[in-house]
Amino acid sequence: MTPPPVVEASDVTRSYTLGKGADAAVVHALRGVSFAVQPAEFVAIIGPSGSGKSTLLHLLGALDRPTTGRLRFFGRPVEEMDDAELARLRNTEIGFVFQQFQLLTRTSALANVALPLVYRGTPKAQRRERAAAALRSVGLGHRLDHRPAQLSGGEQQRVAVARALVSQPRLLLADEPTGNLDTVTGQEIMDLLRGLNREQGVAVVVITHDQEIAALAPRQIRIRDGVLEAAPVTSAGSVASEQPLAPVAAPPERGA
Amino acid sequence: MNLPEASRVAVTAIGANRLRSALTVLGVVIGVMSVVLLVAVGTGARNEVTAGVEDLGSNLLLVVPGSFDFGQAPTLSKFTIDDVEDIQRDLGDQVSVSGNLASGETVRAGSVSAFSSVLGATAEFDEVLNREVVRGEFLTESDVATGRRVAVLGSSAGAALFPDSDPIGKYVTIAGLRFRVLGVFDELGAALGVDRDSQVVVPITAAQRLFGTRRVDTIFVKAPDASQLDPITDRLRAVLSERLDDSEFSVLTQQEILGVAGQILDTLTLVLAAIAGISLLVGGIGVSNIMLVSVQERTREIGLRKALGARTRDITTQFLVEAIVLCGVGGVLGIALGVGLAEAASTFTPLPAAVTGWSVALAFGVSVGVGIAFGTFPARRAGRLDPVVALRYE
Ligand SMILES: Nc1ncnc2c1ncn2[C@@H]1O[C@H](COP(=O)(O)OP(=O)(O)OP(=O)(O)O)[C@@H](O)[C@H]1O
Ligand SMILES: [Mg+2]
Repeated sequence: MTPPPVVEASDVTRSYTLGKGADAAVVHALRGVSFAVQPAEFVAIIGPSGSGKSTLLHLLGALDRPTTGRLRFFGRPVEEMDDAELARLRNTEIGFVFQQFQLLTRTSALANVALPLVYRGTPKAQRRERAAAALRSVGLGHRLDHRPAQLSGGEQQRVAVARALVSQPRLLLADEPTGNLDTVTGQEIMDLLRGLNREQGVAVVVITHDQEIAALAPRQIRIRDGVLEAAPVTSAGSVASEQPLAPVAAPPERGA
Repeated sequence: MNLPEASRVAVTAIGANRLRSALTVLGVVIGVMSVVLLVAVGTGARNEVTAGVEDLGSNLLLVVPGSFDFGQAPTLSKFTIDDVEDIQRDLGDQVSVSGNLASGETVRAGSVSAFSSVLGATAEFDEVLNREVVRGEFLTESDVATGRRVAVLGSSAGAALFPDSDPIGKYVTIAGLRFRVLGVFDELGAALGVDRDSQVVVPITAAQRLFGTRRVDTIFVKAPDASQLDPITDRLRAVLSERLDDSEFSVLTQQEILGVAGQILDTLTLVLAAIAGISLLVGGIGVSNIMLVSVQERTREIGLRKALGARTRDITTQFLVEAIVLCGVGGVLGIALGVGLAEAASTFTPLPAAVTGWSVALAFGVSVGVGIAFGTFPARRAGRLDPVVALRYE
């Protein structure tokens, strides 16, 4: 039996209602997206600004719920999960790297990285140990006690990656992790993510609007105006950038 | 997230914004301080009144004009010296009776003058009210019978009027008339900030002439012991009813006086506590307000925490603990200040203040309660934040 996809979206839409009553305007950020991420897969999502990339990634990260359509994590529909379950899913299975780093400025790199472990009751000594190990794995073993403001942009993003890793998730989502960095540093972050994917088998979804960065990914998906434009390639490793640009149907059904 | 963890986060957050936290806490500090201090003052007053009334002895009966009730306006007395004599005649030697009439007057001795309570009394006054004459003598029956112009001074009145000489045998002038000093009382001390030793006691007959009245204000009756109070009270009523209407006098025991005085002081304490409670409420609203600002400011942080696996409950706990810690710290500081001020008040001012355990416990409990009550709304608001909205918040 094939394991269920890490996350699977079937005809998912997400719209925002702005204003109230008669002047209410509806923004359709996603208009029917079907898409699955398999275990240990590496996917890049490319698209212009405002095309719905972040909206999609928030859904894949269980930070948001779809307006319509189905979203499943490890085969389990998100609509069946309550607040505590969603929190546990985010805490244990998903690592998120944000475009703006999103580090707590008042605390050290170590404390930032240890934060997810706080919410699963890991004892303090163990938290420190694992956070330090995660920081060492992103090459920041010598910056444990620095505050975010005392780190370069690349270092801050690496702290954010370490934080996403510390809980040993099965899915790592990165929203333009290189967007605020120069090419070389961006490349380093991408190498880091690639390495994690290869060595630890973590499924990775990276958002970018940089064609060069996207080219590093075995599977690429284009998004425009809330619609996917490339057929999903399910086997990790094959490049999908030259696929015809057409809306995709629901992904092939898998053994459940 | 467990409680110690939440407390650590709360303390960090409070520490990160020290000035604002301090100002927030100030409201609670003032509120708790006022509760502790004002309740201490109320309790102190109660203690002094109780002690003062108990000093009179439990076998004392007090006859006062009108009906004696909490909230009753004072009534002009209809007693005369005849009533005092009737009581003494009827009850015989088993009781001592003293009739009194008091008025505030300026008393002079040479160039020195002092404002005193001039009290007309009968010869049994010292015995009935357990007053001791330390130098000289008290009034005699004949002094009272003839309305002789003699006086016995309270200790501080004596010291004020005759700073460097023995007052015995000297003269004091009250309302233009000269009184010879017979003796000086033992010291009583102050009660509720009132100096009880500034009294000047003269024969009631002389006082009546001085004030131009035939009135007697109060009659004290001392029973041999407390077990006789009931039969003696009945006799007193019977004697007085012959001349007076039942509504024109009351016979009171020490217990009854304590009861009414206690009622008055309890009301006073309650009013003080209510005023203090209002300031505590205002402090609580301040905490609520600051917590809301704090939630607003940390919207992104809340979103991030949720994205990393915090449950709604974890966030709510974090902010609630923050509010409780703020209020708890305010409570402790307020108690320390309140106790300190109460100590200072009873040492340096005539205001009595007695800090009670229950008011301290209550003040602390209430301040923590205020933290919970006023922290809940902001904390729930924080907990309900949608992670995506919070992360996008600028
Ligand atoms: N909370 C919201 N309320 C209203 N509209 C929103 C909200 N969030 C996103 N949108 C709209 O949804 C659309 C998609 O937004 P999204 O952030 O997903 O774009 P993006 O592809 O990530 O763009 P960028 O590359 O600039 O980050 C945009 O038109 C945006 O204005
Ligand atoms: Mg985006």
